[in-house]
Amino acid sequence: MVMTDAAARRRAIVMVALVVLVGGLAMASLGVGPVKLSPATVIDALFGGGSEVQRIIVQQIRLPRMILALAIGGILGLSGAALQGLLRNPLASPSLFGAPQAAAFGAVLVIALGLADVRSFALPAAAIVAAFASVFVLLAIAGRNAGLLILILAGLAISSLAGAATSLTMNLSRNPFAALEIAFWLLGSLEDRSFRHVMLALPFIVVGATILFSQRHAFRALSVGEEAAQSLGVNVGRLRLLVILGVALGVGGAVAVAGAIGFIGLVAPHLMRPLIGYDPGRLLVPSALTGAALLLAADIAVRIIPSTSDIKVGVLTALIGVPFFLYLIVRERRALSGGVA
Amino acid sequence: MSEAVLLAASSVSVSLGNRVVVRDVSLALSGKHLVALVGPNGAGKTTLLRALAGLVPSLGTIEVGGDALPSLTLQERAQRFAYLPQGHQVHWPLPAKDIVALGRYPHGAVDPARLTEKDTAAVMRAMQATDVVALRDRSVTELSGGERSRVALARVLAVEAPILLADEPTASLDPRYQLEVMSNLRAAADRGMLVIVVTHDLGLAARFADTVLVLSDGRLVSQGPPAVGLSDKIIADVFRVRTYRADHDHDTVIVPWAEI
Repeated sequence: MVMTDAAARRRAIVMVALVVLVGGLAMASLGVGPVKLSPATVIDALFGGGSEVQRIIVQQIRLPRMILALAIGGILGLSGAALQGLLRNPLASPSLFGAPQAAAFGAVLVIALGLADVRSFALPAAAIVAAFASVFVLLAIAGRNAGLLILILAGLAISSLAGAATSLTMNLSRNPFAALEIAFWLLGSLEDRSFRHVMLALPFIVVGATILFSQRHAFRALSVGEEAAQSLGVNVGRLRLLVILGVALGVGGAVAVAGAIGFIGLVAPHLMRPLIGYDPGRLLVPSALTGAALLLAADIAVRIIPSTSDIKVGVLTALIGVPFFLYLIVRERRALSGGVA
Repeated sequence: MSEAVLLAASSVSVSLGNRVVVRDVSLALSGKHLVALVGPNGAGKTTLLRALAGLVPSLGTIEVGGDALPSLTLQERAQRFAYLPQGHQVHWPLPAKDIVALGRYPHGAVDPARLTEKDTAAVMRAMQATDVVALRDRSVTELSGGERSRVALARVLAVEAPILLADEPTASLDPRYQLEVMSNLRAAADRGMLVIVVTHDLGLAARFADTVLVLSDGRLVSQGPPAVGLSDKIIADVFRVRTYRADHDHDTVIVPWAEI
């Protein structure tokens, strides 16, 4: 029996196409901005050529921003695919579970209490702890075989609570300018990020991604249900904890430097299923690449779209993501109205 | 029983929450046997099956091939017990061959695209036994209920474990598929496995099983050949029904006939 079939070839082609797409968008991300640079100039400046201004623009302004878009988009796509695999549910995603909102609250609390400026590890640590708590509570509420309705309602409740807690923190903040700054930061943006931000977020994102990726085969076994997966040797309790930990590390690290960027985790796996198939183990890497491509594209778009003030990239992803979410709800309507499916 | 005991339970009790679901069950079963586990709704059949496989914690001792269940790792348990849950649910539209290949997961074959020759051969044997070779590239969600149950059965057969536990494998199948599933399980038992089947169908139990375990309110009230476990008295006491009986080709036909 030949197992390397047409489907495997197709997956390989899609992967190559995704890598090319992400590479192209990464190059474009280095070239687009108030000062437009050609790809040749970008490559030149990247390796120490060109004028000093060009080098500063590419290496110190746009490169960290590009790396963050790549890493954050990637971890959001991966987290969405992992959560959907864990819960065998196409509507699972970090943002619908309130993880970014909770992470934002953790970060805002630390800032408001004056425990850290935006360059200390206290910030990602607080964001990660809050993200962990939110996903943990959500899965505890949802229980073992949660239907769509319970997950979405619980996610709504948690994100509302986290949002309210964030507002309260800003409300009580003595410095109105700090509150305004926090409010803008909460919208989600990659503007003016430096390599310090990259160093702050990247380690957590890499560890989170590694944890999630290491569980890819267990997600496949879960396709036949938790009980059957357990009988195949999957430690389902441990798997749940690892996924919560991986998502919290990745999303917490991302939110700590870029604010709340939503819906990429929801959208990326859905874009990949028609091309890659439904195997949750094989969706992880393509979803990460798609997430990276989406955020790179969104971050390029906010620089191109003419507007009087800067559009925040988190606003753009939500504007695109929410209609997509509504479309998914319509598609899953039968399962939803069936209650706890 | 003359053969070596493969699965032994002694004073096994299981509580779910603060309700005792299985009480003080002791049994000894050997390979090459098809065992039917019967009992009314809520008698604790599924819970007992899960406890035997170590999927829910239990009090008492369970031994598999002489090894205490808690001393085995999750993977060792998975190699010894193939477990088919009720409903045969598959959450994603995956090709049937990938579902069957999951049966090799306990043997380290975690990626269906990278099976060893040995794993591939086991998957093929299982698919041939359940006649699903022609369905292997079809998505399981497109299959009929009968086809899907055969794919699910192929998955547990592919484990090639000494013990196969099946929870109501014939539920919601048409008569032909019910017979097919039971014949498949019978064949697996004849090949040397210990097969334990939870079923509500007393007729199928009488016809196919070597041993019948009767569970009532969490207690094992009978353990023996069908003539003992499915006697008029036990069926009347446990199920509160009268049966119609007949002989057909030396097999006993049992049909629940009237409430008591």
